[in-house]
Amino acid sequence: MKVRLLDLAHARSGDKGDTANVGVIALKTEWYPLIARELTRDRVARHFEGMLTGGVDRFELPNLHALNFLLHGALDGGGTLSLKTDAQGKVYSTAMLRMVLDVPDAEAKQLGLPAAP
Amino acid sequence: MTDKIVRVASGQGFWGDSLEAPRQQVEGGPVDYLMLDYLAEVTMSILQKQKERDPKMGYARDFVGAIESVLPAIVERNVRVIANAGGVNPVACAEAVRAAAAKQGQALRIGVVTGDNLLDRLDTLLEQGHTLANMETGEPLSTVRDRVLSANAYIGSTPIVEALSRGAQVVITGRSTDTALTMAPLRYEFGWGEHAWDQLAAGIVAGHILECGAQCSGGNCLYDWRSIPDLANVGYPIAEARADGTFVVTKHPKTGGRVSVPSVSEQLVYEMGDPHQYITPDVIADFTTIQVKQVGDDRVLVSGIKGAPPTDKLKVSVAYKAGYKAVGTLVYSWPEAYDKAQCANQILRERLDRLGLRFEQVLTEYVGVSATHGPLSGSDGQQAPEVQLRIGVRDNNKAAVERFTREIAPLVLNGPPSVTGFAGGRPKVEEIVAYWPALVDKSVVQTHVEVIA
Repeated sequence: MKVRLLDLAHARSGDKGDTANVGVIALKTEWYPLIARELTRDRVARHFEGMLTGGVDRFELPNLHALNFLLHGALDGGGTLSLKTDAQGKVYSTAMLRMVLDVPDAEAKQLGLPAAP
Repeated sequence: MTDKIVRVASGQGFWGDSLEAPRQQVEGGPVDYLMLDYLAEVTMSILQKQKERDPKMGYARDFVGAIESVLPAIVERNVRVIANAGGVNPVACAEAVRAAAAKQGQALRIGVVTGDNLLDRLDTLLEQGHTLANMETGEPLSTVRDRVLSANAYIGSTPIVEALSRGAQVVITGRSTDTALTMAPLRYEFGWGEHAWDQLAAGIVAGHILECGAQCSGGNCLYDWRSIPDLANVGYPIAEARADGTFVVTKHPKTGGRVSVPSVSEQLVYEMGDPHQYITPDVIADFTTIQVKQVGDDRVLVSGIKGAPPTDKLKVSVAYKAGYKAVGTLVYSWPEAYDKAQCANQILRERLDRLGLRFEQVLTEYVGVSATHGPLSGSDGQQAPEVQLRIGVRDNNKAAVERFTREIAPLVLNGPPSVTGFAGGRPKVEEIVAYWPALVDKSVVQTHVEVIA
């Protein structure tokens, strides 16, 4: 079943130099393991393909049911150098939430996940 | 004494934040400390430029107004104020605050923290072998030395604690870390030792939650955002801390916004690097140990925080001149708005080429189609009622950037049709002041505290 990350998590993003950080927080505690399993470093790097000049780092915060991603080279130099509208990476959070996950039907049903429209 | 609670209120998340928040925090209910964060990465360089023009400037002038707005309440209620408003001139800031208070017949004890400013010592430090290499690129500072505008070490809680212990009611610092402004009063009040890693880390986490003002109490909160009440009257956050390092994040009654596990969690992950190592001058906090729990309406308990000894380095923020930039925009309307905007972009780039202009960077965005989410937006733009073409250039050659700004307006008459939104005139050429993060040995930075009355 197709499930939107938007329906599973909320997020906030910010910047540090030319790196954007995206914190992804599960909307329900029981959804965190699924999110942690699906949002691998590679999956996130593929999601942002063409938008980063560097790699992706991934950290787990099970205490907050959250993951933190560092997207390197996301901000056209970052800070005052950047020519981007989103020079400080404020809405990389919602860009992350555009991800659509493929979840086995049985698991999706068991976890009560909403299907993507 | 174990039941002692210390309340630190956040009244400013950055220079430019609400002018009303400091007064609302002092008058809206019981607080012991008012914490005001004014400094962002590039603020120091702006202040340095102001100081060069006038040696009495170089600090966040909003802070003087903030103090005026909370007098006499802070004296009557014995609320102490801690702010990094001093920028590159904490002494002048203190003098301006003293004068403003005196006008209201108040004599404030003001603590001034200095020693973070390394600008005058840069060459000596470089000669002594401190490379101040860029933490991101590894380049030594010598590559941009002649373009440096300001250089400040991020200093920790110790000098603020000293100022408080010497009776300062207002403490003014330069480039203190944002988090130290909250941690220092807790360390002072509870007498946490310099090796009380867990408690110090808790103070840092409280500081991280509070340092962006209302961004933890309902502002910019994605979680269930429509349901957050009365943001027009949003309450700024307060940390109610205990000696054991636990604290409750809350806000004054009868204010809008919301303090919830989601609102606090969003702020916890904001601008986070490696959560295991949130490095500060005083302690390294482990964000993977933080427990958050709703314990009442607009009350979130934060506990369980672990800390570890800090490194022997301080982060240094260097600002340097890095060329020029300009950004121009035009709005194209339906029908085929996106196609027209793309056509205008091609024409503009061809004209820049014909003029022989080369830039380090030329960036085009289509606001309304893909400016913020790029290809992820999934929009083909075909049905867009209007699209804003936004094109920017960056280069060391000011004349080239200047010439670029003259090529936008002509498109209104000599480019694709249905164009509007150019009333703002020619784009402005901006000098870029860039940020150079580096590390320096702690031993080279000596802070100094002066208390004036």
